[in-house]
Amino acid sequence: MAAIYSLYIINKSGGLIFYKDYGSKGRMDTNDSLRVASLWHSMHAISQQLSPINGCSGIELLEADAFDLHCFQSLTGTKFFVVCETGTQHMEALLKVIYELYMDYVLKNPFYEMEMPIRCELFDINLTQAIQKDRVALLGR
Amino acid sequence: MVDVSSLRLCIYQFFGGSEISPSPPTPTTTTGNNAHMIYIFNRNGVCLLYREWNRPLHTLNPQQDHKLMFGLLFSLKSLAAKMDPTSADKGNLGVPQLPGQGCSFHSFRTNTYELSFMETPSGIKFILVTNPRTSDLRETLKYIYNLYVEYVARNPLYTPGTPIR
Repeated sequence: MAAIYSLYIINKSGGLIFYKDYGSKGRMDTNDSLRVASLWHSMHAISQQLSPINGCSGIELLEADAFDLHCFQSLTGTKFFVVCETGTQHMEALLKVIYELYMDYVLKNPFYEMEMPIRCELFDINLTQAIQKDRVALLGR
Repeated sequence: MVDVSSLRLCIYQFFGGSEISPSPPTPTTTTGNNAHMIYIFNRNGVCLLYREWNRPLHTLNPQQDHKLMFGLLFSLKSLAAKMDPTSADKGNLGVPQLPGQGCSFHSFRTNTYELSFMETPSGIKFILVTNPRTSDLRETLKYIYNLYVEYVARNPLYTPGTPIR
């Protein structure tokens, strides 16, 4: 019983650099995931323009009938967003944890090229561990 | 020219006087209003109603602003339908959806505002932009829809598809 359906990481220009789905419900084929990521990047930017108040930093949470989408944007413009079940708690904290993992295992990796798709084994391993821990904590509640 | 001032009066009373969600006063709003703007669009993207109560920042002229808002909502609806984990067969992105079909989003939140959205089966879209601490506004939007039905749709002098006056 997964609370998280999928995780996406988008680079500064809106290209998808990492995509992971958890369970069959979140699954999307490659082309579609690329399109969804670019679409989200544009929507995020447009929502900043429509703000009635200065200093908007884009959509943080999108609530739909069947899922919630939590988004975290780092200071450099990299966006992390996760599609989860409606009403899932503590997604912001999870996104920050994923951001720290990204910093440690991707950015500090000397073989990783900026803005390119992420192919770092340690990042995958630690990410799975973080999500598992989160899932266990959620189920235990 | 049809004067539907009763609709406007109801909306003003509803938002001006009531406390939808008590919130600490923010530095930007001095009057403590809860709502920033309201938009009503029809199926074709014509903006039937736009009212603002508290909007310190205008980035675009009104026409572009309406078009951008409509476009944003159309795309977000398409995105939500595509990402829906419960439906087995999802149409491709960009395929126009019927108003009731597929999963639709009902609100999104940023750090400065919250936008609540409701679409009726006839394709009329109600959008409310409020402060970010607002709770679920679906009931409020339904109430506004009822007002719309009473005073606008049932008004024999109102032509569908034209802005509400």
